Amino acid sequence: MAEFIDLVLLAMLAITALRVIFLKDLFAVVMLFGIYSFLSALIFVSLDAVDVAFTEASVGAGISTVLMLGTLALTGRKEKKNENASILPLLVVGVTGAALIYGTLDMPPFGHPDNPIHEHVAPRYIEESPKEVGLPNMVTSVLASYRGFDTLGETVVVFSAMIGVLALLGVVRREESAPESGLQSHRVLHVVAKLIIPLIILFALYVQFHGDFGPGGGFQAGVIAAAAFILYALVFGLPMAFAVVEPKFLEKMAAFGVLLYASVGVYSMLKGGHFLDYNQLAADPVAGQHYGIIIIELGVGITVFAVMLSIFYAFGSQAERSNVQ
Amino acid sequence: MIVIDIISGILLIAGVFFGLSGAIGLFRFPDFFTRVHAASVTDSISAILIISGLLLQTSFDLNTGKLLFIMVFLLITSPTASHALAKSARHGGLLTMPEASQKSQEQKQ
Repeated sequence: MAEFIDLVLLAMLAITALRVIFLKDLFAVVMLFGIYSFLSALIFVSLDAVDVAFTEASVGAGISTVLMLGTLALTGRKEKKNENASILPLLVVGVTGAALIYGTLDMPPFGHPDNPIHEHVAPRYIEESPKEVGLPNMVTSVLASYRGFDTLGETVVVFSAMIGVLALLGVVRREESAPESGLQSHRVLHVVAKLIIPLIILFALYVQFHGDFGPGGGFQAGVIAAAAFILYALVFGLPMAFAVVEPKFLEKMAAFGVLLYASVGVYSMLKGGHFLDYNQLAADPVAGQHYGIIIIELGVGITVFAVMLSIFYAFGSQAERSNVQ
Repeated sequence: MIVIDIISGILLIAGVFFGLSGAIGLFRFPDFFTRVHAASVTDSISAILIISGLLLQTSFDLNTGKLLFIMVFLLITSPTASHALAKSARHGGLLTMPEASQKSQEQKQ
């Protein structure tokens, strides 16, 4: 039964990918990308990777769909016709695909207990992490403690993505002459948004601080909190959203999150340990691990929230500017 | 226990039925507004029936509360989404099918 579900999901994934290639309407393509992410999330759930599924659903299907729609507002919704179609790209793609398929023949059988991935560090994490880190959610222990340096790298990547977008689209300034924006005539949306936004922020906080015990963590929480503010900006207009959270403040917040993360590492070095060695943070090593993980997850959450929202601001204000002209 | 299982099964099957009918309607209905209507059936009644069916399968613990939260959230958001969709289409100048045929008749005359 599980194999049947996997097969159906993978087939739907392939159909969605093919539709994405052949459709010319970019709006529909963006929606299909959202469906693609949800399908991958379902596959992750059926593989028991709940944390990854949660991230895929919130980041892939949630925020990146919104950001891609923001891009479409700038570029237009029809794909340009490709005049110079040649045989060479097709050849390159075909050869690469064939090589990849050939490569999968050497892969160990799916789910086999003797696979390298089950023999290297995974058994050690499973046996030692309850004693060393003591969190019920082992994924968070691996992500935030054993692989803390990697996660710092990911946070820096998110931060530099914001720098890239702001460098391309220009830093957002508050404009006094606000054009009519938001959905003024949608009375129902105003009421419901006001009702829902506090709940979404509350849920983001729950995901942020419950990540030690269940699926969740800084990445998902940051994205969900950003979604609440994006909803506010969409319904009430960008000027109102700028009044709530200024773009300048967001830039500082994004940098603060990364610095908070890195400062935990530096602090544990000052205490006499290695970089990001949370054991030094408290007298009891396990308590130190808990402090370290909560603080760095907070740093991740703050950075992701600020970056996602400021990228949305950049797209949104650019689109409004081009609408006015 | 068996009674609860039967009730939950009926709710689940009803949810699946409405979900399926919404999907068929989405393909078969003639214009945008009727299609929104069909999709909103899937969004609202089908999801709520399925969650109610699942609610009866829980042993009234934390999962029950989580499912209730999801149900309340869906009860508020999905009708709003359908409403916003239809209203935006209306404001964008999309006509319902009778209006469109009336207009084309007037143009013929």
